[in-house]
Amino acid sequence: MPPIIQVEHLTRRFGDLTAVDDVSFDVAQGEVYGFLGPNGAGKSTTINILCTLLRPSSGSALVCGLDVAHSQNQVRQCIGLVFQDPSLDERMSAYENLEFHAMVYGIRRAERRHRLEEVLRMVGLWERHKDVVKRFSGGMRRRLEIARGLVHHPRILFLDEPTLGLDPQTRVRIWEHLHWLRREQGMTLFFTTHYMDEAEHADRIGVIDRGRLVALDSPDALKQSLGGDIIILRAADNAAAAREIDQLYHLTATRDGDSLSLEVSRGSELIPTLIRSLETTIHSITLRRPTLDDVFLRLTGKELRDEEASGMETMRAWARTRIRRGVGH
Amino acid sequence: MTAALRGIYAIWYREALRLRRDRLRLVGHLLSPLLFLLVFGVGLGRAIGSLTPGLDFISFLFPGIVGMSVLMIAFMSGISVVWEREMGFLKEVLVAPIPRASLVIGKTLGGATVALVQGIIMLVLSPLAGIELTPGVILRLVPLMLLVAVSIGGLGVLLASRMYSMEGFQVLMNILVMPMLFLSGVFFPVQNLPAWLGVIVRINPVTYGVDAIRQVMLGDAAPQLLMFGEPVSVTQDILAVTIFGTVIVALGIWSFSHQG
Ligand SMILES: Nc1ncnc2c1ncn2[C@@H]1O[C@H](COP(=O)(O)OP(=O)(O)O)[C@@H](O)[C@H]1O
Ligand SMILES: [Mg+2]
Repeated sequence: MPPIIQVEHLTRRFGDLTAVDDVSFDVAQGEVYGFLGPNGAGKSTTINILCTLLRPSSGSALVCGLDVAHSQNQVRQCIGLVFQDPSLDERMSAYENLEFHAMVYGIRRAERRHRLEEVLRMVGLWERHKDVVKRFSGGMRRRLEIARGLVHHPRILFLDEPTLGLDPQTRVRIWEHLHWLRREQGMTLFFTTHYMDEAEHADRIGVIDRGRLVALDSPDALKQSLGGDIIILRAADNAAAAREIDQLYHLTATRDGDSLSLEVSRGSELIPTLIRSLETTIHSITLRRPTLDDVFLRLTGKELRDEEASGMETMRAWARTRIRRGVGH
Repeated sequence: MTAALRGIYAIWYREALRLRRDRLRLVGHLLSPLLFLLVFGVGLGRAIGSLTPGLDFISFLFPGIVGMSVLMIAFMSGISVVWEREMGFLKEVLVAPIPRASLVIGKTLGGATVALVQGIIMLVLSPLAGIELTPGVILRLVPLMLLVAVSIGGLGVLLASRMYSMEGFQVLMNILVMPMLFLSGVFFPVQNLPAWLGVIVRINPVTYGVDAIRQVMLGDAAPQLLMFGEPVSVTQDILAVTIFGTVIVALGIWSFSHQG
C-alpha cells in the first residue's frame, strides 16, 4: 500500500523566517505518527500545510495520494482535524456543532443523526449532546472536537497538541479513545505533542527543530541511538569527577543540575568500576534507561516540556522527573 | 447537492438557527429605529412641517429608517465572521471541503435574512409615520430590502475577510457605515444640496437603495432623485445596487480565496 502521507522537500517561509525547512517523510496507512518539537519548531505549520490551510513555499505534500496544493477539497474530505486552538462554536450545542460539520461534509440527512450519535457515544458525550458547548470543560471540548473530526469517516486524523493544558486523567482518557480508533478502525493518526509519555504511543516519531526534521524513528530505536544506559552520578566534587571520567574512560559527563550524567553502553558493568576507580568521593549513583526526554534534549538542546517555564521551574520539573523515575525504570 | 451549494446552505442555516434562538434580538433592534423615528420624525417634523404639499417629514423619513435598519443589520454579518475568527470556529469552516465562495455567499445571505426579517417587522411601524402599505407594496418591498441587505451584507463580509479584531471592525463600521448612512438621503432630501455634497451622495450606493424603497413606499409623493437632470427610476436604482452588490460579493470571494 502506498504511504498515506508523502512529504518531499517541504518548505514554508513567512517573510525572512523559514518555519519549515526542507522536510521529507512518509506516513504509512494505519500508522500512529508523532511529531515532536519545541515551541515554534514548525509543527503546526506543517500540519496546516498538510490540511490545506497554508500553501507550501516549495516542495510537495501528498495526502491520501492527492496534492495538498491542488486538490484541496478532496484532501479536506479525506482528513479529520483537531486544531491546536479551540475551534468550536460555544453558543451552539454539542449536537449542533457536529451537525454543521456533517452538513458541510455532505453527510446525507438520513444518515446524519445515526452517525452523530455514534461518534458522540464513542467519546462519551451523547448524554450531553443537547448542552451548549460553553458549559463544557476543556477535556469535554477536546473530546467533542475529536468526535467532530471523525464524523465524515476520514482516513487520517490530525491532532495538533490534542491534550495541551489538560489534566492527567483527561489525557489518559483521550488517548484511550485514540487507541481504540486505531485498533478498531485502522485509523491513521498524525499528532503533535509536548508530552513524552504521549510520544511513547507513536509507532514512529519525527523530531523537528527550527524547521528541520532532525530524527525519525520508532521510540525504541531513538532511545537506543543514545547508546544504551544513562548513569547519574553525584560526587563531592562534580567537576573533578568529570575530569577523572574523561581521563580514565574517555567518556563525556554532562552536568545535569547537581549531578553528572553519562551515556554508556553497559551501565550496570561500569558502575562498580567507577566506584572503585574514582578518587573523588561519590555520594550517589543511579542507572536508568534513556527516555525520549533524553533523546529530545540531545537532539534539540531543549526539554520536551516546560519550555515556557522559567529556568528555575524547569530545573524543579527536571528534578521531579528524576526522582519519579529512579533506577530500573 | 454540490459542495458549493451545501456549504452555502449550512452556513446560512446556522445564521437562521441563531436568529430563531434569540428572537429577542429582533425586538432590541426595533428600539433604535423607533427612537430615530420619534426624535427626528416627530420632533424635527414639527419644525419642518410638510416637505412638499401632502408629504410630512415623518412620512419622508420612514422609508429611510427602514433602509437604515436593514443596512445596519446586514452589515453585522461581517462582525459574525470576525467573531468566529476570534473564537476559532472560522478554521472549521475554512478547512471544510467547500469553496470559499460558499462562506462568503452563505454569510451574506444569512445576515441578509436577519436584516430582511427585521425590515419586515419594521413595516408594522408604518402607521406611526402616516403611511398605509398595501399588500402589493409590501410584496415589492421584500425583494428590494433583500437586495439592499445582500449588497451591504457582502460589504461587511468583504471587510471582515481581513479584520482580526471585533474592535477593529467596530471602528471601521463607524468610519464607513455612518457616513454612508448620513450621505444617502435617509435623513434629508437630496434635491437641493450644494454641488460637492450632491456628487458624494450620488456616488454612495446606499442612496439608490434608499431611493428605491422610498419610491415604492410613497409612490408619486416621493421626492425625485435626479441624475444628470433626469429622475432616477426604481429600475435604475435596483440596477445600481445590483452592480454594487455583485462587485462587492465578488471582491469578498476573491479576498477570502487569496490568503494563507
Ligand atoms: N502566519 C504566520 N506568520 C508569521 N510567522 C508564523 C506564522 N505562523 C507561524 N509562524 C512562525 O513560524 C514558526 C513555527 O511556528 P509553528 O509551526 O506554530 O510552531 P509549533 O507548532 O512547532 O510550535 C514560529 O516561529 C512562528 O512564530
Ligand atoms: Mg503548534
